[in-house]
Amino acid sequence: MPPLSPPSAAPFDPSRPYALHPQVALRPESFGALAYHFGTRRLSFLKSRTLLAVVESLADQPSGLEACRSAGVPAEELGDYERALGLLVDSGMICERVA
Amino acid sequence: MTVVAPGTGTRLVDRFERGLDAPICLTWELTYACNLACVHCLSSSGRRDPRELSTAECKALIDEFERMQIFYVNIGGGEPTIRSDFWELVDYATDHRVGVKFSTNGSRITEAVAARLAASDYVDVQISLDGADAEVNDAVRGEGSFATAVTAMERLAAAGFTGFKLSVVVTRHNVGQLDRFLEMADHYGAQLRLTRLRPSGRGADVWDELHPTAAQQRQLYDWLVRRGEEVLTGDSFFHLAGFGDALPGLNLCGAGRVVCLVDPVGDVYACPFAIHDEFLAGNVRASGGFTSVWRQSDLFLELRQPQSAGACGSCGHYDACRGGCMAAKFFTGLPLDGPDPECVLGHGEHALDARGDIETPRPAPDHSSRPRQVAVALTSSRHGAPDPAAIRMPTADRRPDRSCDEHPLSGYAPGPVPTAT
Repeated sequence: MPPLSPPSAAPFDPSRPYALHPQVALRPESFGALAYHFGTRRLSFLKSRTLLAVVESLADQPSGLEACRSAGVPAEELGDYERALGLLVDSGMICERVA
Repeated sequence: MTVVAPGTGTRLVDRFERGLDAPICLTWELTYACNLACVHCLSSSGRRDPRELSTAECKALIDEFERMQIFYVNIGGGEPTIRSDFWELVDYATDHRVGVKFSTNGSRITEAVAARLAASDYVDVQISLDGADAEVNDAVRGEGSFATAVTAMERLAAAGFTGFKLSVVVTRHNVGQLDRFLEMADHYGAQLRLTRLRPSGRGADVWDELHPTAAQQRQLYDWLVRRGEEVLTGDSFFHLAGFGDALPGLNLCGAGRVVCLVDPVGDVYACPFAIHDEFLAGNVRASGGFTSVWRQSDLFLELRQPQSAGACGSCGHYDACRGGCMAAKFFTGLPLDGPDPECVLGHGEHALDARGDIETPRPAPDHSSRPRQVAVALTSSRHGAPDPAAIRMPTADRRPDRSCDEHPLSGYAPGPVPTAT
């Protein structure tokens, strides 16, 4: 099968709604989580449990920013988490949700 | 592979050395039966083992993989497609969200199979080839095996399957052909995968004559630095890290930590290169199944403890190579807490010389269908000249071997590691 390239998505925008890509599985681990994309066969390591909580809450929150807040990300760390979500968008692990 | 921070300051490698709840990379040898008899087969394959897991047992194991969220398994053998339930098991796995990558010599990749594979999103294929021409390849893999593999690649390409893997074990005789392998992979729309020759299985018999010379190790390292981003290596060459910059990948021995092997009879070993009682953690047929072996076996718990650097402790490169490959040391009779036999500083060669002619551990069990073959190199091979004219001499009957090989993160496209610490 042809491994799909990550879709050339628009860069992450914290004000927009996101969700885990339907072909991605998350496996919690003590350090955070592993994320595996069955379409691209790429693996990502989420290096904190908080980031896992953010990713898991994306689908239920109106925006990426709200997902960070609901997972308890402190205000001074929001920039770091937005960059992390940006990487996950670039690798196709999460994608914008049609609201 | 991408590391996504923010997170704690702990390096991911250190996390991995302490083990995970489930393996990242699991190799599953479905059968010891094989229609080839490659001289370096890691699992000494040939004859089917009558105790092989049944179809029902295989499905139960896949159920367990699904519960543990093992994202995909690397299926090998033997030649896995020989099992009459092979496709049934592949379908069962992918229906249960366990992706499959299987290794094959290509002999059963018909046009119909190629079309079927091209249509599947969850199955990947790896064609084994150990020479860029028939002369070099067939000396190791057997008469006609080059043509078989090429035909399989032609069929996959014609069916529109892009990105399958062309998998090469780097030897003294093909190390000069790396550019040709890359051209070949490009030609078929495949991706090249290079792995290290291990002295495991029947490989123990031919390692002395087939493993790259010291000068070739350097040549290989330089090539990987130059072209490494274009190829997969399954983290195979971390023992070369002492030459300088680390190669792409985690540079970690994942045995029992993030990697393991399940053999055709359900035995669980620390890694695909370590089929020996010394590295046997348990059997999936025991109560508690695979999960319990992975999480609770004495062997795996011990491997997840900090390991002694031993004789390598005073070496400035230990952080880079971490003493190299456990299986390579074990099967060449070297202590596990010392240098790799292919240590780039030459400590391994000295250790091999000091070792003398001891009886090295024989990988258990042997499923070779014929008396073991040994490639005996002719004069020039010591100096790295290709020597496909190596003659083969039968040796006493011994253990089994395998045709596929895997390592920690094999199959994962190396990705940016923007915030790895």
